[in-house]
Amino acid sequence: MIWNSASDFFAMGGYGTYVWGAYVVTAACMAIEPIAVAWRHRRARRDLAAAEDRR
Amino acid sequence: MTTANHRWRLYRFASPATFYPLAGKLVPWFAAVAAILAAWGLWLGMLRAPTDATQGDSYRIIFIHVPAAWMSMLLYVVMAFWAAIGWAFNARLASVVARAIAPTGAMFTFVALWTGALWGKPTWGTWWVWDARLTSELILLFLYGGYLALVSAIDDPRRGDRAGALLAIVGSVNVPIIYFSVVWWNTLHQGASVSVTTAPKMAAVMLQAMLLMTLAFWSYAFAVIFVRARAIALERDNRAAWAGAAAGRTAAQPEATT
Amino acid sequence: MSGTFAVVVARDLRLAARRRIDAALPIAFFTVAVSLFPLGVGPEPQTLRQIAPGVVWVAALLAAMLSVTQLYATDLADGSLEQMLLVPDARIAIVVAKAVSHWLLTGLPLVVAAPVFGLMFDMSPEAIGALVASLLVGTPVLSLLGNLGAALTLGLRSGAVLLILIIVPLCIPALIFGAGAVAAVDAGQSARGHYSLLGAVLIFTAVLAPLATAAALRIATE
Repeated sequence: MIWNSASDFFAMGGYGTYVWGAYVVTAACMAIEPIAVAWRHRRARRDLAAAEDRR
Repeated sequence: MTTANHRWRLYRFASPATFYPLAGKLVPWFAAVAAILAAWGLWLGMLRAPTDATQGDSYRIIFIHVPAAWMSMLLYVVMAFWAAIGWAFNARLASVVARAIAPTGAMFTFVALWTGALWGKPTWGTWWVWDARLTSELILLFLYGGYLALVSAIDDPRRGDRAGALLAIVGSVNVPIIYFSVVWWNTLHQGASVSVTTAPKMAAVMLQAMLLMTLAFWSYAFAVIFVRARAIALERDNRAAWAGAAAGRTAAQPEATT
Repeated sequence: MSGTFAVVVARDLRLAARRRIDAALPIAFFTVAVSLFPLGVGPEPQTLRQIAPGVVWVAALLAAMLSVTQLYATDLADGSLEQMLLVPDARIAIVVAKAVSHWLLTGLPLVVAAPVFGLMFDMSPEAIGALVASLLVGTPVLSLLGNLGAALTLGLRSGAVLLILIIVPLCIPALIFGAGAVAAVDAGQSARGHYSLLGAVLIFTAVLAPLATAAALRIATE
């Protein structure tokens, strides 16, 4: 571990805004995408089951 | 429905029928591998890698910027490949996979641009620099956008598949030309830190972290693309027996994962 | 094959002659678009001279893309496109003919009108010469690529905007080398490299774009 304290880690040598701005948005994208895709899949399954029931 | 009918239907949609459950089984593994590699890569990159002499700690964005950029470029080529296969062999599953890749590729392109801008600000002083790499990445975003816009504008799925394949192939052929022209136009971006021919200018632990993150993104992409491909396949083939069986099974036994 | 080519070009030119206003629209758009930039940027001659190559080239690109949907739209609507595509082995000839007639109606007028705009932007004679030369080599590329876009988006609702979105990235090399040639001449440097690369882009596009466009037409009409 090269950081002396948690606050040092979050400060990132003064570049905290940039580094965490990058990481947070990336993490958000890579969290939202799987959720959206799972939702799309669930809805496709539901629509298909409904179509099969109607047949 | 007789057994013969059922088998004939399964044969006719053989590829998707095999793909759908197989993909479903693999997704959790890819997700787990992605999480583990990302944790390891981030531990190395954020907690172990030393502070850079010139850029301070702002360089740590490299651990997501470079993997995202690589993924954005790799996924475009893979997308064009599968779209071409789908077109040449009339293989619908390949076309479905190509369509499933596009949004994830576009996401990585956006991430590469966003993280590039945030890395550029402390390094070069401006939020956006019109250098060769970032500009090419922006054009790649336009290429993804064009593909997505075209396939969604076409109602007929097969025409959409083929038109998308043609556009993706034309795009792939043009990417080297576009990149060369952008390099010709501007050379400002810092030279390649990782190259197969020259020794990296970074410490070994930085390189290790970056490669781990790349593999993590790669595994993440597999997981997300497989789920999306399953969704698209269901959306398109909602009359196929195999799809009905899958939906019926999942309705009876709720899966733990998608 | 050359018979089909000549027939299609002649037909397009004749149709354009009957609708002269429609045929003049691209050049009108080009004029308006180019004239907007000084209004937006300010009349300072030094600035205008600097942005002129880029402005003229971008306006040419947009004018070409906006007019290219008409290539196939009317033929599709009245059924003559289907008739044309029935002719055996004529697909490539038709596609090339369409690109040529588009260039004659849109690209060539731009090349001829370019010196006027060069003067509006206070460009030097050498720079204006480079502008005309780069447009002469570059506008055929735009017509060929626009042709591909028109075939891909044939009959789609979103038409022109979608076409611009998918084709403009492919036009970027031509834009860079074309506008770059003029900028180089303006700066007193040799534009030979730019012209060579622009020429290479033209040859590459002229060989491959018709093939892709013919395939796109088949995809769109099957």
